Amino acid sequence: MAVADPVVNEALARELGLSADEWQTLLRLLDGRIPTYPELGIFSAMWSEHCSYKSSRIHLKNLPTEGPRVLQGPGENAGVVDIGDGWAVCFKMESHNHPSFIEPYQGAATGVGGILRDVFTMGARPLANMNSLRFGELDAPRMKGLVKGVAAGIAGYGNCMGIAMLGGDCAFDACYNGNILVNAFTLGVMRSDRIFRGYASGPGNKVMYIGSKTGRDGIHGASMASAEFGEGSEEKRPTVQVGDPFTEKLLLEACLELFETDWIIGIQDMGAAGLTSSSFEMASRAGTGLELRLDQVPMRETGMTPFELMLSESQERMLLVAKPGHEPDVQKVLHKWGLDAVVIGEVTTSGRFVGLFHGEKVIDLPIQPLADAAPKYDRPRERPAWLDEVQGRPLPPDLAPSEAEATLRRLLACPTVASKRWIYEQYDGTVRGNTLLGQGEGDAGLIRVKGTDKAVAVASDCNGRFGYLDPFWGAAHAVAEACRNLACVGAEPIGLTDCLNYGNPEKPENMWAFQQGCLGIRQACLALDVPVVSGNVSLYNDTEGVSIFPTPMIAAVGLIEDAALPVDVDAPDATALSKVGNRFCGSGFRAPFDAVYLLGENRNEIGGSEYLKLRTGSVYGPCPELRLDEEHGLQACLREGVRLGLFRSAHDCSEGGLVVAVLESAFGGGMGCQLLLHRGGLRLDALLFGESAGRAVVSLSPAGESALQALCEAHRVPFAKIGVTGGRHFTLAVDGSPLLDAPVAELQAIHDRVLPEALEHAG
Amino acid sequence: MRVAVPVFPGSNCDHDALHACGTVMGWDTRAVWHQESRLPEGTELVFVPGGFSYGDYLRCGAIAALSPIMADVRRFAEAGGLVLGVCNGFQILCEAGLLPGALLRNASLRFIHRTVHLRVERADLPFTSALKPGQVFAVPIAHAEGNFELDDAELADLEARGGVAFRYCAPDGRTGEAFVPNGSSHGIAGIVNTRGNVLGMMPHPERAVEPAMGGVGGLGIFESLARTFATA
Repeated sequence: MAVADPVVNEALARELGLSADEWQTLLRLLDGRIPTYPELGIFSAMWSEHCSYKSSRIHLKNLPTEGPRVLQGPGENAGVVDIGDGWAVCFKMESHNHPSFIEPYQGAATGVGGILRDVFTMGARPLANMNSLRFGELDAPRMKGLVKGVAAGIAGYGNCMGIAMLGGDCAFDACYNGNILVNAFTLGVMRSDRIFRGYASGPGNKVMYIGSKTGRDGIHGASMASAEFGEGSEEKRPTVQVGDPFTEKLLLEACLELFETDWIIGIQDMGAAGLTSSSFEMASRAGTGLELRLDQVPMRETGMTPFELMLSESQERMLLVAKPGHEPDVQKVLHKWGLDAVVIGEVTTSGRFVGLFHGEKVIDLPIQPLADAAPKYDRPRERPAWLDEVQGRPLPPDLAPSEAEATLRRLLACPTVASKRWIYEQYDGTVRGNTLLGQGEGDAGLIRVKGTDKAVAVASDCNGRFGYLDPFWGAAHAVAEACRNLACVGAEPIGLTDCLNYGNPEKPENMWAFQQGCLGIRQACLALDVPVVSGNVSLYNDTEGVSIFPTPMIAAVGLIEDAALPVDVDAPDATALSKVGNRFCGSGFRAPFDAVYLLGENRNEIGGSEYLKLRTGSVYGPCPELRLDEEHGLQACLREGVRLGLFRSAHDCSEGGLVVAVLESAFGGGMGCQLLLHRGGLRLDALLFGESAGRAVVSLSPAGESALQALCEAHRVPFAKIGVTGGRHFTLAVDGSPLLDAPVAELQAIHDRVLPEALEHAG
Repeated sequence: MRVAVPVFPGSNCDHDALHACGTVMGWDTRAVWHQESRLPEGTELVFVPGGFSYGDYLRCGAIAALSPIMADVRRFAEAGGLVLGVCNGFQILCEAGLLPGALLRNASLRFIHRTVHLRVERADLPFTSALKPGQVFAVPIAHAEGNFELDDAELADLEARGGVAFRYCAPDGRTGEAFVPNGSSHGIAGIVNTRGNVLGMMPHPERAVEPAMGGVGGLGIFESLARTFATA
């Protein structure tokens, strides 16, 4: 060994991120013995915020996690939900915010790689990816490069793996200037009786290391993600891992081949804190001990120390426990795919983790006590004093009708509202031929489950501005909107996963927002009857003392039982691109002369809207109201309308408000629309651009109008006819006065060109 | 009809090919691991699938072209057997010398996934006999290296001998630079060898063979193959 381990003392522990109290706890656990350097490394990783959830755990327990379909809730690599007839879906979302800000391509790429492993380690074949991205203002320092790098990194990894990218969402706000959010989601499909879990059971069984060799990349990644950024964050670049999607593709196929056999007792991905967290978690779940020979770990660099081997976050690696005698069989499969598979130790009865290095015992730690003693903080919380002022600040006077057209044109050019095609065209959205609705085609992505009539929908949402104005209702809105998006394609929500992105938890205002967010998610989940089955917390999203808006990203998964019904394609071959099904629904208009209806109610709300930000430069005002009982009715109404084949398009109203929602359906359908609205006592700006929740725009054949009325009445959903599709122009009149008449293509060009113009030639 | 789909480490459209040929067309379709030295007995069509064989390391398709199974694919093609290469499969066929030219980075330097329109330039091939000359069909592309390149003399030669099978075009069949997604010379989307039994194309016909996929633009190629084998 070239370099001797440093002397372990409290100062070194502090340097590795442990607090003075945590150092004392550690000494008690070791009966006063000073830990070895690799042991200290293990404590620092296991007790980091990222791995231990020490600030968030007491609040996460508020999330509803149970339901009749839940086969695996939080606590495993990913959640599993039953979709019937022997099939299940496995999914999770995870953040890679800090690494992506430091090194956007590799940060985003390994975020995708990590979440894919979380899903396939459970035994599922990944079939769909999504990503939720939050960037700062495009002219903020480094931002264009970050957008380009993140998009390229996601594309580079996901495309090579051959996983269809179904969508996600992307928004821009100054609060993310110093702290972008990159949340990656994967969904896989599996047989419901073939779930694999991370258990190191059966003393005497061999522990095997499979996949890539271990290098020095990503050491301290977990601790890096557990601290604020300041000046010099770029120096943390070596803590970002480097991804190799080709190796992961081989690992995926090898694992799926292994899962066909009965040789595997337990398996877990080596993600954050690498070998440390995988081995401790597997033994902890099984109540066993482990003895590992660290010098047997396949290494790609020479002179690696036990500390480095335990903490490396090299990608594309798994730890598995095989049934006795089947180790050579496992090796044969891995070798077929050109990967390493090495026995590095055994399961023991000792309840301890023993690490040997060339015969010398360098680690000897009790597993369960270390997990039990993991710090758990009820950190101080305080409602921010500035909140009342922000919510109560007077709104500007109403928009003059003569300003409506210019405002709409400017709104379409706001990056959050503008088309994200430049980003998502870089992702393969149809590989494996399961995609029924891809990115930009519906409010949710939709894939079929081959061999069944079922289809699974995925949607992700969170309006961080609502989270800023009201952390409780902002979080509830995220749940409601994600589920509304599922309803628009016709799917019933069956499970959620979340990425709770917040600022430094040591600031009482952030901790309060976090607690409120968990409670808001809880309330919406209970009202809409959907459990949270997996998720992830990302705190310390701060740079130079500025926290992001509370951004609890929600990804919702929905089911359509009988989507695979006759689909009528009557358009000629060359243009047969619209998805025409009777059991699912896209967001673009489909036929001229269709009636356009608004379901739900316009309210006098402009707080937190893109419009208000555009007009005043600030995010303020009351957070839009969320009436969960009405939301429940609206979603049931949408689902039934889709199932009946009544709707030709359905699209919810979100950023940009009603007019933008109608225009997006027009863009999607390549046709115009005549929109006739009535003020009904509302502000004009609230009517056109307000972001009230609980609304959707649907189009239907005029023959279906009476059926629509009956449907809405049955679900007690307010409805109003607001226009007719067709032609090449978009026209808007309010209370009979024309406000706007423009070619759709011209408005679409504004919407389409924002990101290409900003990013095409940027560095 | 017996189809072989060679699978290389990193292939990821093998499933798409198996689904289109096996499930949709009902042909006897088998995946063949790249280390096999022989195609299955009685193989009538080899479908070299898309993906990232060997991670696209070195050059797209360069390492796969040296796989044991490719030696037998070459023998098969030389004996007149039908070989269809899609996306990475096209790149592999070029690297293996079964088709001329090379596929460079897209002009935008980015991966592109979108639906494109193709115009049929050759309707007399075993792969296109159910199509009409000039017919337009819609299929997806999904690649980062689809920019077909050949030196001027060879390109003139390719055009002169009718080696261009498909060209990118507008929905109404017009051709021109504006409709070429990746910078390909002459808007070339697919080419065929002199003998007419080896076809390579960047777009994915196998991803457009069922209405549920959003279109059936790719079906014409499979129906042509079915017709070829019915009359063989």
